[in-house]
Amino acid sequence: MNILVCIKQVPDTREIRVDLETGTMIRKGVPSIINPDDLHALEYALTLKDEDPDTHVVVLSMGPLQAKEALIECLCMGADQAILLSDRAFGGADTWATANTLAAAVRRLQPFDLILCGQQAIDGDTAQVGPQLAERLAIPQITYAQSVRLENHSVQVERQMEDGYQLVKADLPILITATRKLNQPRYMNIRDIVKVHQADDPVQVWGLEDLDLDPGQVGLKGSPTRVKRSFSPAASSEVRFFSGTADEMAASLIDSFRTLNLIEK
Amino acid sequence: MNHSNNAVWVFAEQRDGEFLPVVYEILTEARGIAEKLNTNLCAVAFGQGVTGKLDQLAAFGAQTILCTDAPEFSTYTTGVYTRQLAELIHQYSPAVLFIGATHNGRDLGPRLASRLDTGLTADCTSLDVDADTGNLLMTRPAFGGNLMATIISPNRHPQMATVRPGVFKAMPLPGAPAAAVVQATSQVQSGDMLTEIVHVVKEKSQEEDITRARIIVAGGRGLGNATGFDLLQELADCLGGTVAASRAAVDAGWINNARQVGQTGKTVQPELYIACGISGAIQHLAGMNKARTIVAINKDKDAPIFKAAHYGLVGDLFQVVPALVKQLKSQEKGTKS
Repeated sequence: MNILVCIKQVPDTREIRVDLETGTMIRKGVPSIINPDDLHALEYALTLKDEDPDTHVVVLSMGPLQAKEALIECLCMGADQAILLSDRAFGGADTWATANTLAAAVRRLQPFDLILCGQQAIDGDTAQVGPQLAERLAIPQITYAQSVRLENHSVQVERQMEDGYQLVKADLPILITATRKLNQPRYMNIRDIVKVHQADDPVQVWGLEDLDLDPGQVGLKGSPTRVKRSFSPAASSEVRFFSGTADEMAASLIDSFRTLNLIEK
Repeated sequence: MNHSNNAVWVFAEQRDGEFLPVVYEILTEARGIAEKLNTNLCAVAFGQGVTGKLDQLAAFGAQTILCTDAPEFSTYTTGVYTRQLAELIHQYSPAVLFIGATHNGRDLGPRLASRLDTGLTADCTSLDVDADTGNLLMTRPAFGGNLMATIISPNRHPQMATVRPGVFKAMPLPGAPAAAVVQATSQVQSGDMLTEIVHVVKEKSQEEDITRARIIVAGGRGLGNATGFDLLQELADCLGGTVAASRAAVDAGWINNARQVGQTGKTVQPELYIACGISGAIQHLAGMNKARTIVAINKDKDAPIFKAAHYGLVGDLFQVVPALVKQLKSQEKGTKS
C-alpha cells in the first residue's frame, strides 16, 4: 500500500508573544515544529506500516529549505521517503495555490491509496489545504477523523462533529484529515535516525521546473486571496484595579456587580 | 432569476431539519454587506423536507431562497453538497458566498472553492466592504490569534468566506417581507456519492454550552490542577454562571475541551467574564474580548489579561475567589431571611 502524508513546518504559535506597545509579533526565538495535527496523520500511516511492512510512506511538504528539518524528523520516526517542494516561486502561496502545487507533486509520484493530512495547521488554522488537495486530485475526503479502520481497500472513519461523531464509509483512494484524538504520535527511533544520517540526501527537493505547473498557478501570483492588512488584536480598555486584602477586593467587586445589575441588589 | 445574480449568498446549513444558529448570525451580518454592495441577500438551503422551514430564513433578511429538497440532501455529505452548490453558482454567479465555519462548513468550503478556482478565507470574525473597490474585506485571526489579517479575493468569483459561529449576534429583521423561493432540482450524479454515512452518534454532552452562558468564570494555568475548577464552579454557582477555561488548562487535561475559550476554542460574549489565573495570551483574548464586562484575577500585575479587563484584582485567586464565594453566599442568606 502507498500512503502519502502531507506535513507543514510551522512556528510554534503557542510560543509567540506580542509586543503590546507596538502591536507586532515577536517571532524571534520561536521554535519551528512539525504542525501538531500532522504528527497524528503521520502516526496513523506508520501504524499501518507496522502492521504491513510492504507499506510505503511518503511525506510531502512545501516550504523554505529550512523545512527539510521537519521532513528529516518524519524519516527518523519511520517514514520511507521525503519530498520538499521548495522554490522562490512558491512563496506567498495561499491555500488554493498550496493545494495546487501539492497536487502537481502527487501526480508526479506513484498513485496513492491513502493521503493523510493534519486537520489544520496552527499558524493559519484554516483547515483548507486537505479538502482543496482532495478536490484537485478528484478523490473523496473525510475530515476531522478521530478513528480510522482500514479493511479490504475501504475505510470506516469516525468523523468528529460538534456534538458527537459520524461513522463514514468510503473506498480507497481517499484523503483523510487527522485530529489529535486519532492517536499518540511516536518519537524518533535510533534505527531510523542512524539510517537517515547515513544517507547523502535524505530529502528530495523539487522546484517549479520539476512540476508540470505554470508559474502563474503557484505562490503569491497564483493565489486568489491577498492579505490587505494585518494588525494586532490586542484589546485595550480602561482597567480599574481594586486594592486591599482579598476580602476588601471581593467586596468592591461585588459592589460593581450590583451597580451593573449583574447580581440582585 | 436575475435577482440571484451578483447577490450575496448565505449557505443555510441544517442538521436534522433545523437551521444552525450560525446561519441566522451570518444572515444578520450579511444584510449590511448586501446593502453596501447594492445587491440581494439570498439564502441557499438543502435538505429533505426543508421547504417548510424557509420562513425562518426570510425573517432574518433573506430576500431570495434557493432551495433543494431531496432525500440525498437530508444529511451533509461532501460530494453531494459540493456538486449542487457548484452547479447553482455556475448558474447564478453570486458575488459573495458565506458558509458557517462548522465542521461541515469547513469541509464544504475548501472543496467548493477548489472546484470553482476561487479564493476562500477561513473562520472570519469580521466582514466589511471596501468602499472604493467594492471588494469584500474578510478579517480573521492568524498565527494562533496573535495577529488579525484582513483578506481580499479581488479577481475571482464568488468571494468566499467561512464565518466563525458565535461571533455575530443574530437579530431578526423587523417587518421582513416574505422571500422569493426558487426550487432547484438536484444535479447530483452517482460519482458524487463516494462517502456514505453509516450512522450518527450524538454524544450527550455533560458539558453546558458556554457560548450561551450569561456569566462565565474561566480558569487557566494559575489554577495549578483540576481541583482548582471546583472552586471556580462554586463561584459560578453563586452567580448563576458557567465554568470555562483557557487552552493551557485544557491542554493540561484539567477540563474538557468543550469549555475552551479562544482562537482554537469557542468565542463567547457573556455579560460577565471572570478570568482567574489566566495570563491573557492573545489567542485567549480573541475568544472573549467581546464580553460586556471582563474581570481579571491574577497574581502577576503585568499579565496581559489586565489590558483586556475592565476590573482588575491583583492577588492570589485561591484567596480572592473564596472571599467572593463567602460574601455572595452570606448576602444571599441575608436577602432570604
